Amino acid sequence: MEDMLREYLPILVFLAVAVGLGLVLILAAVVLAVRNPDPEKVSAYECGFNAFDDARMKFDVRFYLVSILFIIFDLEIAFLFPWAVGFKDISDVGFWSMMVFLAVLTIGFAYEWKKGALEWE
Amino acid sequence: MIQADLSIILPEIVLAVYAMLALLAAVYTSKDKLGPLLVWSTGGLMVVLAAWIATKASGTHVAFGGMFVDDGFARFAKVAILLSAAAVLVMSQDYMSRRGLLRFEYPLLVALAAVGMMMMVSAGDLMALYMGLELQSLALYVVAALRRDSVKSTEAGLKYFVLGALSSGLLLYGASLVYGFSGTTLFSGIIETAKHGEVTIGLLFGLIFLISGLAFKVSAVPFHMWTPDVYEGSPTPVTAFFATAPKMAAMGLFARVMHDAFGLAVQDWSQVIALLALLSMFLGAVAAIGQRDIKRLMAFSSIAHMGYAMMGLAAGTQFGVQALLVYMAIYVTMNVGTFAFILMMEKDGKPVTDITMLNGYARREPAKALAMLVLLFSLAGVPPMLGFFGKLYVLRAAYDAGLAWLAIAGVIASVIGAFYYLRIVYYMYFGDEGEELDSNNQPILWGFLMASAAVMLLGIINMFGVEGAAAAAAATLVN
Repeated sequence: MEDMLREYLPILVFLAVAVGLGLVLILAAVVLAVRNPDPEKVSAYECGFNAFDDARMKFDVRFYLVSILFIIFDLEIAFLFPWAVGFKDISDVGFWSMMVFLAVLTIGFAYEWKKGALEWE
Repeated sequence: MIQADLSIILPEIVLAVYAMLALLAAVYTSKDKLGPLLVWSTGGLMVVLAAWIATKASGTHVAFGGMFVDDGFARFAKVAILLSAAAVLVMSQDYMSRRGLLRFEYPLLVALAAVGMMMMVSAGDLMALYMGLELQSLALYVVAALRRDSVKSTEAGLKYFVLGALSSGLLLYGASLVYGFSGTTLFSGIIETAKHGEVTIGLLFGLIFLISGLAFKVSAVPFHMWTPDVYEGSPTPVTAFFATAPKMAAMGLFARVMHDAFGLAVQDWSQVIALLALLSMFLGAVAAIGQRDIKRLMAFSSIAHMGYAMMGLAAGTQFGVQALLVYMAIYVTMNVGTFAFILMMEKDGKPVTDITMLNGYARREPAKALAMLVLLFSLAGVPPMLGFFGKLYVLRAAYDAGLAWLAIAGVIASVIGAFYYLRIVYYMYFGDEGEELDSNNQPILWGFLMASAAVMLLGIINMFGVEGAAAAAAATLVN
């Protein structure tokens, strides 16, 4: 128990340093920074022209769908990569497990394709 | 080796493959027109699987190096899960078709949730536990938001998702602590660490976080806040589903983790669960008094019932697990019947959830009002009904385990809780004549309501053998 906790001491030190440093930087800005606001400084800034509209704008829910789909296939690669690297050493079970995994993903992909999730308009 | 493993999880594979193939078949053909057909085929498959699991060879089988356990306890829970999921699916078909809610994904999501639940009650490993739990939860988040153009339904889905994610986080953190301090994710390995001397402080922390995460899933106080909103906002058939199969699965998982992984440290978790049970019973009893919406009322009712079920778990004995299983089986049956009644509450074809609309109901629909009366008495735990025997079971388990204070508190809470069940009876039988509900007698709903009420009355003879099955199931979990 004691030994085990000691192994985690560096992490505790790291956490303390991270939190401490973060606080120092924020507080330093509050204490030391010169503040002289005027309307030009606090208004929204866009490069080269006056701001068109508010920075808080709605955007299409389809972006969300695309990003979710991206994450799924991104994770697929994350699983495929170590499998491919260790391909020589894995057994038949390892090979077929990945095939089942890919088949399940493919079914999901076929579903979303047919459902029209990939069409923008 | 792998063939043996696969043959043990064959029921789960069949259901998962069915869901995937049906998804593809439906999306490439006539889509939502296949909805009713898929509801019936999914329900039918679930009943067939339940019959198969119930008659499968007895004994304990372990697959994938201990990650998946197929024992009497898992089989008992799976049969209850599959039958209640099938019942709720079949009940929902007409309601959802008429409101244009019956997308073909609905029965398939329920099927996938059922796969997750079967995985949960069979988990023998922290990772298998998490996988089952997430498979169940993700499917449930989607069905909660099924009526996606309604603010309430999307709110229900989002609330359920955010709080569910939080609970998964707690559970995962607990699991990582348990793994860190025991060096294994297998329940059979974790129990070994507890065997050698005391439970270390780190393991205890992990245990508490695990309990918190699981308490979210069974909606035990103080982790219950999502329940009323989700029950109210979801379409009624989905609420009926939430109140039955997932509760059974979460309770089964709870009992499995506690006994399989921490069975030698009963005194460490028993007190925590006793406290959760106490708070749930009282909050469920008191908070429901102010509710006029029958779905919210059923949410608080289910919180209270989870408190009673957890009383059996808190006992930490074999008899306690038996009481838990009997209680859950009775609870699920009662809820199927009660929701069949709620699904029939309509005015001008629109669903109604206000309990004051039931004024004078007994004069117009004596048979249905009588069946509902039996179910409400049973929910309240009034003696001749089966619900009373469920309560008696858990109270005895708690008393035998030296938790007499908890048993007494349970009796007091059940007296308080009886008020709001009896108020519905009062409205139905003695209420002033008011607006009339449609006389809507869909044969399926009517059948489930009557069957459930009949079970509450006839079950007192021998409980249809559930008692013996629960005893055998509990014996495989606790030894």
